[in-house]
Amino acid sequence: MTTGRRGLAISRALLWPALIVAILLTQIPLVATLYYSFQEWNLLRPGQRGFVGFDNYVKVLSDGSFLSSLGNTVVVTGSAVVGATLLGLLFAVLLDRKFLGQSVARTLMITPFLVMPAAAALIWKWSILDFTYGMANWGLSLVGLPPVAWNTDLPAATVIMVLIWQYTPFAMLILLAGLQSQSREVLEAASVDGAGPLRTFTSMTLPHLRQYVEITVLLATILLLQVFDPVAIMTNGTGGSKTLSYLLYERAFIGLEVGEAAAYGVMTVIVTIIVATVALRTLFKVFSEEGLMNR
Amino acid sequence: MTLTTRMRRATVPAVLAAGALAMAGCAGAGGGGGGTGDGGDGPVELTLATVNNPQMKDMEELKGEFEESHPDITVNFVQMEENDLRDAVTKDIATGGGQYDIVTIGSYEVPIWAENEWLADLTEPLSSDAEYDVDDLFAPVKDVVSVDDRLYAVPFYGESSMLMYNEEILDEAGITLSENPTWDEVAEAAREVHSDDVTGICLRGKPGWGELFAPLTTVVQTFGGTWFDADWNAHVNDPEFREAVQFYVDLVEDAGPADPVSTGFTECLNTMTQGKAAMWVDATVAAGMLEDPEASEVAGKMGYAHAPVKETEESGWLWSWNLAIPQTTQNQDAAIEFVKWATSKEYHQLVGEELGWTRVPPGARQSTYEIPEYVEAAESFAPITQDIMLAVNPTQPGLYEQSWTGIQYVTIPEFQDLGNQVSQDLSDVFAGRSELGPVLDRGQQLAQEAGDAQ
Repeated sequence: MTTGRRGLAISRALLWPALIVAILLTQIPLVATLYYSFQEWNLLRPGQRGFVGFDNYVKVLSDGSFLSSLGNTVVVTGSAVVGATLLGLLFAVLLDRKFLGQSVARTLMITPFLVMPAAAALIWKWSILDFTYGMANWGLSLVGLPPVAWNTDLPAATVIMVLIWQYTPFAMLILLAGLQSQSREVLEAASVDGAGPLRTFTSMTLPHLRQYVEITVLLATILLLQVFDPVAIMTNGTGGSKTLSYLLYERAFIGLEVGEAAAYGVMTVIVTIIVATVALRTLFKVFSEEGLMNR
Repeated sequence: MTLTTRMRRATVPAVLAAGALAMAGCAGAGGGGGGTGDGGDGPVELTLATVNNPQMKDMEELKGEFEESHPDITVNFVQMEENDLRDAVTKDIATGGGQYDIVTIGSYEVPIWAENEWLADLTEPLSSDAEYDVDDLFAPVKDVVSVDDRLYAVPFYGESSMLMYNEEILDEAGITLSENPTWDEVAEAAREVHSDDVTGICLRGKPGWGELFAPLTTVVQTFGGTWFDADWNAHVNDPEFREAVQFYVDLVEDAGPADPVSTGFTECLNTMTQGKAAMWVDATVAAGMLEDPEASEVAGKMGYAHAPVKETEESGWLWSWNLAIPQTTQNQDAAIEFVKWATSKEYHQLVGEELGWTRVPPGARQSTYEIPEYVEAAESFAPITQDIMLAVNPTQPGLYEQSWTGIQYVTIPEFQDLGNQVSQDLSDVFAGRSELGPVLDRGQQLAQEAGDAQ
C-alpha cells in the first residue's frame, strides 16, 4: 500500500511540470488579453497609453461592426458547414461502393483539404474566379451565361464557395468512415424485408450516421469559425464577408488599436462559448430525438 | 502577435523555467542585431528588415560589395511582404524590441515614427558628407521624409503616379493625348475605346488605404476636395469629395475593370502587359515593368503622360521606400555607413553595371537621370518620371492648405484604418449595394473622429 501511495505521489509530481507549462501557455495569453482590453493603446501613439476601464467594450458594442461581423460569421460559417456536410454526404455515399479506381478517386477527392488555405484562396482568386481568365466565367460562357464579377458582386458567396470546396473532403472522410462502419447484415436484413435503396438509406443509414454528422458539424464549425485566409486574400472583408476573425485582424493590424482589438477578442471568445453551448446543444438534441424516433 | 511580444518580455523568467524550446523560438529572429558591441570596434552584425520588392532584393544581392569595403560589418537581410513588414517593424519599435538596426519604411510612416522619436535623426551625418551630396535627392521626396527640416529617413527609391497608355489602341481609335491631359479628356477617351475585349482604363478598386485610396485621393485633390483641412476638420462628404468619387465610380463602371474590387496594382499590371487595357493611371515604377520585353507584350508600344488633372496643375502622388535607423539600435554608426552606401551615387552606378541599368532604383537621386546609360535604357519613361517627381507638391497637393506633408495619404496614425474602412464601404458602391451618399456620410463621421484625435 505505502509503495503504491508513494508511487502515486511520484507520478503526480512528474505530471506537475507539464501541467505548469500547459497552464502558463493557455492562461497567460488570456490574462494578457484581458489586461490589454482595459487599456487605451494605439501602437503608433505610445505616449497616450493608459487604463480606460470598459471604454473599449463600450466601443465594441456601440460600433455596428461587431454585430454585423457576428452576423457575417454566422452566415459564412453556417452555409459553409451545411454545404460541406451535404456535399460530403453525397460523395461519401458515392465512394462507399466498389468500383474500379475507387482508391484513386478517394485520394483525389481529399486533395482540396490538403491544400494550404492561403494557397487555395490564391488558386481560386486567380485561376477560377478571375473575371477575364477564370475557369468559372469560362464555364458560364460555355452555357451562354454572362460572366460574373465574383469579388465585386458576390463577395460572401465566393468565400463560402471556397470554404465548401475545402471542407467537403473533411466531411466526406468522417461520413465515409461512418458508412463503412455500418453493419452489412443489417442492410441485408432490410433488403430481405423488402426495403428499397431509398428506404434503407433514410431509415437505416441516416440514423446510423447521426453521430458522425454531429461530429462533422461540430469540428467543421470550430475550424471554420477561425477562417481568415480567403477573406484576406480574396475579398478584403467587403460586402458581408467580414467575419469576426478578419475584423479582429483589422482592428489589431490595420487600426493598430491593441486595446480595442483585445476587447474584440474577449467578446469573440464569450460569443463563441455561448454559441458552442446553446446552439450546438440544441442542434444535437434535434438529431438525437430523430434518432430515438427511428430506433 | 503584439500581445505575445509584450508577453514574452514580461514573462521571460516563467518561460525560461517552463521550457527552453519556446524561448529559442522567440529569440531566434532577434539574435542578429542586439548583442554586438558599441559600434566601431570589433565586428558588427546589422539586421536589416525590408520589404521584398525587386529593388530591395538587388540591394541584398550587392551587399557583398559593402561588406568587402567594410570588413568589420556584416549585414543580414530579413525580407518580408509589405504588410508583414509594417506589422513586424511597428511592433518591434513600438515595444522597444530592438531587433532591427535598419528598416525600410514607407513615406507614410516616417513623419509619424519621427514624432514618436523612434527614428534616428540623419540630417547631420548625411549633410556633413559632401561626397554623399544630400541635395541631389529629389526635393519632394526629401520633404515627405523630413519633419521640421530634419531628415529621419533616406529615400531608397521613389515614385509618383502617371497616365500610361497603349498607343496602338488609342491610335486605332484616332485619339491623341497631350502630356498634361485632364480627367475629362481621359474619361472620354476611356469610354470611347472600352469594349468587351479591351478595358478602357484600368483603375484600382481593391479596398485599402494604399490600394484604392492611393489613386482616388489624388482624384479627390485635383477635383478640389480633401480629407482634412489645415485645422483637422474632415471634408469627406463635401461636394468636391463626392463629385470626385462619383466620377471615379462612374468611370470604373463605364470603362474600368469588370471586377473592380479584385483590381489592384498587380491586376492592372497584368491586364496592361497583355494589351487588354488602353490606359492606366498608377505608379511610375510600373513603366519599367511595362517596357520589359520579356514580361510585357506592350513593350515599346506605350505612351506616358502626367496624371490627369481637373482643378490643379499636377495630380501625381508621391511615395518612397526609405531606409531609416530605429533609435533602439546598438550599432548606429555602422547602420549609418550602410544607409549611406545603399543610397549613394556609387550604389546606383554599381546596380547599373552589375545588374543592368533598368534596375537602378528610380526616383531617389536626380543625378541618376543624368547617367547616359540609364537615360538610354529607360528613355521612354525616365524623362517624364523625373519631370513629375520634381513637379509634385507634397506640402499642398490640392486646393486646401494642409497641416501634413504627403499627397495620397494623411500622416496620422488613424489614416490607414480610416482609408481602409471607407474603401471597404466604397466596394459596396462599386457593386451597387450601397449609395454613395450614406457611405461618405459615414466616412465623414469616421474622419472627424480621427481629426478630433489630432
